[in-house]
Amino acid sequence: MRISRRILAGLATASLAVTVTSCGGGSDTSGSFDDVKTVGILHSLTGTMAISEKTLVDTEIMAIEEINAAGGVVVDGKSYKIDYIVEDGASDWPTFAEKSKKLIDQDGVPVVFGGWTSASRKAMLPVYESKDAFLYYPIQYEAQECSNNIFYTGATPNQQSEPATDFMYLRSPAAGGDFFLVGSDYVFPRTSNTITKAQVKQLGGKVVGEDYLPLGNTEVAPIISKISKALPDGGIIINTLNGDQNVAFFKQIQDAGITPSNGYYVMNYSIAEEEIQSIGPEFLEGHYGAWNYMMSIDSVASKKFAKSFKKRWGSDRVVADPQESAYNMVYLWKQAVEEAGTFDDNAVREALIGQTFNAPQGPVEVMPNHHLSQTVRIGEINAEGGFTILEETGVVTPQAWNQKHPSSKGYACDWTDPKKGEKYKL
Amino acid sequence: MELLLDILFNGVAIGSVLLVAALGLAIVFGLMGVINLAHGELMMVGAYTTYVTQLVFKLPLLKPYYNSYLIISIFLAFIVSGVVGIILEKTIIRKLYGSPLETLLATWGVSLILQQFVRSVPLAYGAGLIISLVLALFIPTLFPLKIKDSINVKYYNLSAWIISAFSGVLTASWISSSISRLSRPDSRNVDVTAPAWMRGQIEILGTNFPKTRLIIILITLISVIAITLFLNQSAWGLRIRAVTQNRQMSDCLGISTEKVDILTFGIGSGLAGVAGVAVSLLGSVGPNVGGNYIVGCFMVVVLGGVGNLLGTIIASFGIGIMTDLIGAGRLLTIWPQMPLPLATTIDFFATTSMARVMIFTLIVIFLQFKPTGLFPQKGRMVEN
Repeated sequence: MRISRRILAGLATASLAVTVTSCGGGSDTSGSFDDVKTVGILHSLTGTMAISEKTLVDTEIMAIEEINAAGGVVVDGKSYKIDYIVEDGASDWPTFAEKSKKLIDQDGVPVVFGGWTSASRKAMLPVYESKDAFLYYPIQYEAQECSNNIFYTGATPNQQSEPATDFMYLRSPAAGGDFFLVGSDYVFPRTSNTITKAQVKQLGGKVVGEDYLPLGNTEVAPIISKISKALPDGGIIINTLNGDQNVAFFKQIQDAGITPSNGYYVMNYSIAEEEIQSIGPEFLEGHYGAWNYMMSIDSVASKKFAKSFKKRWGSDRVVADPQESAYNMVYLWKQAVEEAGTFDDNAVREALIGQTFNAPQGPVEVMPNHHLSQTVRIGEINAEGGFTILEETGVVTPQAWNQKHPSSKGYACDWTDPKKGEKYKL
Repeated sequence: MELLLDILFNGVAIGSVLLVAALGLAIVFGLMGVINLAHGELMMVGAYTTYVTQLVFKLPLLKPYYNSYLIISIFLAFIVSGVVGIILEKTIIRKLYGSPLETLLATWGVSLILQQFVRSVPLAYGAGLIISLVLALFIPTLFPLKIKDSINVKYYNLSAWIISAFSGVLTASWISSSISRLSRPDSRNVDVTAPAWMRGQIEILGTNFPKTRLIIILITLISVIAITLFLNQSAWGLRIRAVTQNRQMSDCLGISTEKVDILTFGIGSGLAGVAGVAVSLLGSVGPNVGGNYIVGCFMVVVLGGVGNLLGTIIASFGIGIMTDLIGAGRLLTIWPQMPLPLATTIDFFATTSMARVMIFTLIVIFLQFKPTGLFPQKGRMVEN
């Protein structure tokens, strides 16, 4: 028995060996193109993140196929067919860095579309900066970062959580109520909640509690007793839990009577159409979400996007905000290449700033801080598993350095002016 | 009073999830000394069994009985996980008794295989495979011994395998044609929803209790009672305990240690399946569901004292109550006028992450003083 206990201790240090596979995209050069250019796609195809990141791969492939079908990328009068190499980040952050090196050095791709978690981006960032290469990152995230080598096409907190907090405190059925913040224990929820706390204070509201669930843990009983203690008569819950932890959370708060009918309203930052499907709309109905894109947007571009995705990948598939960001970034890159007249990443980087695109969510524009200006929408989750859009802001300019977070207040980022750069004082 | 009830209930609720998950491991690891890292995946198998049962009971034929599907899935999960465990024992673990390191690596490999299996194989085929395996194991026991002697064993086994394989294929095609969701591989997490009468709250003594938690406590209670009765009252239970205490001697006295091993491992695995049903009520069902519990299971078994069921029970409820006391900041509610430095410290640990840190620290300190756990095993086994 003694031996077995020692082995158990060794277990803690045992690390996962992960096999990685790679696969190339279609490599036929059809006659109508003058040349082929290969780009990199780097997402997790295996491991825990695969479920989410696979949807981005599907969207990026669809965008590339659309571009090819429309004549490819035209540079200097020559038309290029876009080919792609899909690499597997395997839900393992060092693998993301390693695969980035492979794509840049070995395959010589001009651009990599990739990443989902902030941890994967932080692992890739030094690779792209040291090689002066080029990464497009499509996920809404906590910001507080502004690299010259990354373009961020997801929302920054002032394009998601800030309008959402305003809505909850001023115009939701729980307006004026107290806040309770729940999140998974990693960088995005903690940063996002620091911003929310500062904002609630400015609005004159009160945050009565916050708690973080370690990743992989689904025991939410202590959090529920804290919520019912801190908010005995209902209130606002801001939820930044990740993935499956949401299932445990919503199943159990419903059992504990923390529901919209009892005056508890949950605003979610990580639950999009894809997640609503897997959690079950019966647990989420009446709660809220904030995104730039929602599948229920009633516009031609939005409907076309959803329709082509379903046509390409199956009628039961849905599109959601992260996919829309991934779709936009491929098109923005294409436009910038055509404007720069070369695939050279330094020229493309300059040409990108100021690019506009009529995205499924509405017009977006690339700003000097390498983020996009986008529209923010607040939606109520309905019984059909979609969002009923309640509010829509105008186009919101992104803040790479959040103006409510104590550590970054008064700073901004501007890569068009060599004197300003990554972080300068306003 | 209400506070005390609250703490007790929450502690028991958290503890019973730990206990039901660790019970099977307490038998496999505690009694047999096998470090089974695939224990979590046997739970996962149980959870997926619940999911498939739920969908089958939504079919028009069984719809009227939908409300009772959960009770049936407990038995099914026990059988399915038990059979998977028996096959695991027969093919891999049997060859590795006495070499814990190899067992550890092999079962870890099995856990990865099982995870990838549910990711890439449609659940309908998985169900078919399970049906054939269950039949293949049980058909031979149905034939009377006389027939066994008269027919050539080869034909006899062959016919059993053909029947079971055929039924497996039939089941797979029936499920995949009637439930389209199970007919293709799906790596996304799936959801088990308890029937309406098991959801919501129930009021006891002026306090509201979530029903699912009560059901989990009930499942745990029944499992514990059943396994205790089995180990202490039945003939096979006696044999299991005998083999645990002295394998060679039991062997000499005519106990088939091979059968005892299969049975013990099968029961331990079956209990993991029951635990899978319980945890599927709390969260979602996915390939990683078991991995989230495995560390907690080993922790409970080691803390309770390896080889002692009572220790496992006390350890799980102890950890459950501590989690609630620390994690929900209960001490501050009990004693609001405590001195400021103490209050800040307690407040600091009153988050789920920090409560975990605190509990692990306490366990490590405890094991420094009592390295064999709460109730160390006494007797001959300790010597070797």
